[in-house]
Amino acid sequence: MDSDMNSISSEDDFLDQDSDLSLEQGDADSDFDGDEDGDMMGFESQDKIMKPGRKAYEVEFKVYSPKDIQAYQSKQVTEVSSILGQPPEATAILLRYARWNKERLIESYMDKQEEVLEAAGLSENEGNTSKIKKVKGFSCDICCEDDEDLDTFAMKCGHRYCVDCYKHYLSQKIKDEGEAARIKCPGDDCNRVVDSKSLDLLVSTDLQDSRYQELLTRTYVDDKDNLKWCPAPNCVFAVDCSVKARDLERIVPTVHCNCGHGFCFGCTLNDHQPAPCSLVKRWLKKCEDDSETANWISANTKECPRCNSTIEKNGGCNHMTCRKCRHEFCWMCMGVWSEHGTSWYNCNRFEEKSGSEARDAQAKSRQSLERYLHYYNRYANHEQSAKLDRDIYQKTERKMMSLQTTSGMSWIEVQFLEAASKALQECRQTLKWTYAFAFYLARNNQTMIFEDNQKDLEMAVENLSEMFEKPVDALSDLKVEMMDKTSYCTKRRVILLTDTAENLKAGKGNLLEASEMLELERNSYPWDE
Amino acid sequence: MAAARRLGKELQKMQNHMPDGISVVSADNFEIWFIDIKVLDDNPIYRDQTFRLKFHFSPHYPIEAPEVTFVITPTTPKIPMHPHIYSNGIICLDLLDRQGWSPVHNVESIAMSLQSMLTGNEKDERPPGDEDFCRRNTLRPRDINFSFHDNTV
Repeated sequence: MDSDMNSISSEDDFLDQDSDLSLEQGDADSDFDGDEDGDMMGFESQDKIMKPGRKAYEVEFKVYSPKDIQAYQSKQVTEVSSILGQPPEATAILLRYARWNKERLIESYMDKQEEVLEAAGLSENEGNTSKIKKVKGFSCDICCEDDEDLDTFAMKCGHRYCVDCYKHYLSQKIKDEGEAARIKCPGDDCNRVVDSKSLDLLVSTDLQDSRYQELLTRTYVDDKDNLKWCPAPNCVFAVDCSVKARDLERIVPTVHCNCGHGFCFGCTLNDHQPAPCSLVKRWLKKCEDDSETANWISANTKECPRCNSTIEKNGGCNHMTCRKCRHEFCWMCMGVWSEHGTSWYNCNRFEEKSGSEARDAQAKSRQSLERYLHYYNRYANHEQSAKLDRDIYQKTERKMMSLQTTSGMSWIEVQFLEAASKALQECRQTLKWTYAFAFYLARNNQTMIFEDNQKDLEMAVENLSEMFEKPVDALSDLKVEMMDKTSYCTKRRVILLTDTAENLKAGKGNLLEASEMLELERNSYPWDE
Repeated sequence: MAAARRLGKELQKMQNHMPDGISVVSADNFEIWFIDIKVLDDNPIYRDQTFRLKFHFSPHYPIEAPEVTFVITPTTPKIPMHPHIYSNGIICLDLLDRQGWSPVHNVESIAMSLQSMLTGNEKDERPPGDEDFCRRNTLRPRDINFSFHDNTV
């Protein structure tokens, strides 16, 4: 464990949006300097900090609870407040206005204080203080109430309304409209932002503690590029990772939330290593468009030997006349119909030249479609298997229970099943994406290595998967073998991911050029031609 | 109820005095009002025409903006042509949206804003994508996320 990770000196860097995730730190044996970036002092959730010897495909990240984030916000507010000489309430507004870029805020505040205050909704207006009071001859512009002893409130902007209306307004904003950080004065066109002192006066502590704080924290995370909410349903954690959008071509930043969900920090989709975000997006779009159509076309149609129009034979004889180019051919042998001579409607001429040439052409035009389907079917297969893995996982739990009772093994001794099941899920997830990735790979030596790695992993996974089908009483005898296979699977996965990640980072990836990708995607739609 | 009290006061005030070209057609309850507006100058797009506005108030009015749309009736057979008014009567105006609404606004000020929106308009056209929007939109005006990009009309 690198002890620098918890160092106090690096707290400032949490804010520093420009600190780079150093790509060169990716090597598994590189000496990581914990002071570099992204450390947040005073947090307890340090169980997710970088492991020693980070793998090439792993990125550094941390997981924070809403409480951590709230505490960190107030810490920053206190700090900046003393620098600017503004009360904490106003400082909080300023920081939110500056999207928590402390340095830039301080700099521009020193430079042109008036302007910054005005833009943040804090411009000074002498003589008014924010407090509740009764005003003689007052009539509220919102409810038209004009009782003598009406309590009224105004912020420094001087737009005064009765307390009831003000309260109603604020709770409406917070409860129904989900606003918090940038609620403005109810007055028409008034830019003044409601500060926390005014909120204390007007909004019940209940609402402030629950909804308001939650909303503030949400804005905070949304405002910062290095923070993202875990997308898992009902998960409350946020993840801090310094990988920038511009690095996403070369890094696949998979992070693991404390809730157990693994996702990509770049696009927040489920973990899709080794394929980079842009390919994932491309691939998903393509599959969404037409995988089923492509399957159907592949199974039920042929192309006209002359004009390549896709033709479905939905009945009738083998004598085909292309609707488009009027070419007449035989559906069976694809040869020119006129050459069939007298043997009409009974094709037995497989060896004829024109037929075999036409079939060759056919095969060629089918190639790219078949290529796509090759990768798609394997991708879809692993996706399906990954779904089944969820069932397996539940079955595993039952198996572990019965194994404990039948074989007299202890709880700890049956944990190998859970480990195996987890490894299986992880590996299938990776395998799935290797096929999408491979679709976009050029053919060269590196691709061969990649495919070897893919094959090794796939074989290991299928072997392990098979063992789960064994009856429960056989499992205890297979324990050692299963543990071996589990660690072998994991090892193969690490090798594959490391290798791919290193190539990707080094930029010597074997990915196709963008134009080639387009070509490929287009070619596998024969109906587009 | 706050909405009723405020609307009562507004109505009282409007019955005493109304700006030219704006008239209350019906205000029998505190939920739905109808207001007619006319453009006062001789803008050829709207000359000699009257348009009917339907105001729909929630119990949270005026904290919440009312829902305001143009409607067609036998006496007001047209939705005014305007690049921010869809042919189904839905109006794209920041004043009527959460962000632009202030509880200080009222029925009269909304009607006046719309009147001047028409007066200042020189384009005899509908918003881009009008047909598509009218065919597909199933949302109520307040739930639509308009983006207010055009401050020229």
